[in-house]
Amino acid sequence: MNMARKDLLNGLLFISPWIVGFLCFTLYPLVSSFYYSLTDYDIINPPVFVGLENYKTLFTGDNLFYKVLKNTLFMVFVGLTVITACTVFISILLNNKKIKGMAFFRVVFFLPTLVPFVILSILWVWVLQPDSGIVNTILGWIGIDGPGWFSSPVWAKPAFILMALWGAGGSIIIYLAGLQGIPESLYEAASIDGANSLQKMFSITLPMLRPVILFNVITGIIGTFQSFAESFIITQGGPDGSTMFYSLYLYQNAFQYAKMGYASAMAWVLLLIALIFTLILFKVSGRWGNND
Amino acid sequence: MINSTSTLKTSPVVPAKHRSKKLMERLELAAVYVILGLTALAFILPFLWLLSGSLKSSTELFANPPVWIPSKPQWSNFATAFGEFPFLLYLRNTLTIAGFGIIGAVISNTLIAYGFSRVDWKGRDGVFVLVLATMMLPFQVTMIPLFLMFQKLGWIGTFLPLIVPVFFGNPFFIFLLRQFLVGIPKELSQSAKVDGASEFRIYWQIILPLSLPVITTVMIFSFIYSWGDFIGPLVFLSDNKLYTLSLGIQQIMSVNDPRWPLLMAIGVSMTLPVLIIFFILQKYFIQGIAFSGIKG
Repeated sequence: MNMARKDLLNGLLFISPWIVGFLCFTLYPLVSSFYYSLTDYDIINPPVFVGLENYKTLFTGDNLFYKVLKNTLFMVFVGLTVITACTVFISILLNNKKIKGMAFFRVVFFLPTLVPFVILSILWVWVLQPDSGIVNTILGWIGIDGPGWFSSPVWAKPAFILMALWGAGGSIIIYLAGLQGIPESLYEAASIDGANSLQKMFSITLPMLRPVILFNVITGIIGTFQSFAESFIITQGGPDGSTMFYSLYLYQNAFQYAKMGYASAMAWVLLLIALIFTLILFKVSGRWGNND
Repeated sequence: MINSTSTLKTSPVVPAKHRSKKLMERLELAAVYVILGLTALAFILPFLWLLSGSLKSSTELFANPPVWIPSKPQWSNFATAFGEFPFLLYLRNTLTIAGFGIIGAVISNTLIAYGFSRVDWKGRDGVFVLVLATMMLPFQVTMIPLFLMFQKLGWIGTFLPLIVPVFFGNPFFIFLLRQFLVGIPKELSQSAKVDGASEFRIYWQIILPLSLPVITTVMIFSFIYSWGDFIGPLVFLSDNKLYTLSLGIQQIMSVNDPRWPLLMAIGVSMTLPVLIIFFILQKYFIQGIAFSGIKG
């Protein structure tokens, strides 16, 4: 047996758990999910083939689905923009060499990401309690009558954005690592040319950080479509459907209304969305994955 | 301010323009500290709120204006919570799942990552791109067929759906480990091969011991994931004797008029262990997170 064949055999042997896992827990479910999406299936009776009926209903016969899409896209466009702007801003401030205690701040911003979803939800219900929560109390000090947050159709989504912002410390860590990779010489050259802090930020820091921002935004978009636990625990989609997000609606269709076929069609639409953004990510950052 | 006048005295040759620039820099730095300090405070407050809530009586919890420091700390909230809520059973279930999760993650992902980094085979990097692509695959896409498959196997109502797949690799951990393994000099393996060592022996005796830091990262992430996982137990554990802490708490939270002081006490008890692990093993966290977004 020659070397190349031996290496191939060894390589496949080492990755064999992944191959089995990929076939059983990824590829098979993917394919059968597509099959189920073409059926009417309530678990009790065998699946009935209905062709593209589920997809047709989804896009033409289900008003709630449009509302769900709108809610989710609000979280992507408004929520993710706010979160990205804030985390990048904080990271740039933190990356200042003159700032003492960077390690301390980094820990403080990271801690919330460790809190389990359920506790996060209990905690934020309390933080945003309309009468006795801390946010409205502090707003009260400066004379603002705080909203009802999770119980208000207008303010429930911003409440989830606040919650997500609190848990976005992971992004700050990633941005900081990215910022530390920007060569100091660029800033020195800019200083010699008389650039001020703002100019440096817009002509050096942000452009150099762009690949990392893109990575975070794209994983953030896919993550937003997946977000489930918080809305399931806190609002169950309410009030007035204002927090009915994509994965929550999918879950309800599958496990509360036993519409497995319909939920599978939603899953495939979700797959396409994830696929498109993943391809964009792979295309734009060609270096991803082969850095040796 | 005091400082800037003293520089003025000791170095009278400094031009005025330079001085104002220095002052600007100081103001800027002060502004940065103020912003960071306030943000940090906003990040810490919810934790303190949880802690104070867990020690309040029901009346104090609902008081308006809110009570910041409980007048008489109700330590009994903790005892009551552990007693009324099957805390120990749920804790044991959570630890069982987390324990198998750690074992499975370490065994499978180190082998797989070795195959993707230390052995040169045709098509390797192409297959690795597939691994990366599955990292982006939302759980919701495979959730329904997995549920139906586990149901046919009779696994729903057991821990198996949350344990078995862990033994077949996780794309994020494969990625993390591979990043590390790629950095170990090739010469180490080559000289061992010249001495007649098999790939498995190189993996076991050379590469694994060198990878302990990143394996620790994998173990921590795996534990944190199992500890907080919600949707997995919700979909796959139908029997309430098998509930994890997360799922059990959600159940008591969803009843009408839940007893909030107890929930807060459980919240503290469930958050504290993770925070302690974090403070002991901090560097592995930061490394792991920064690694995942940056390298490559």
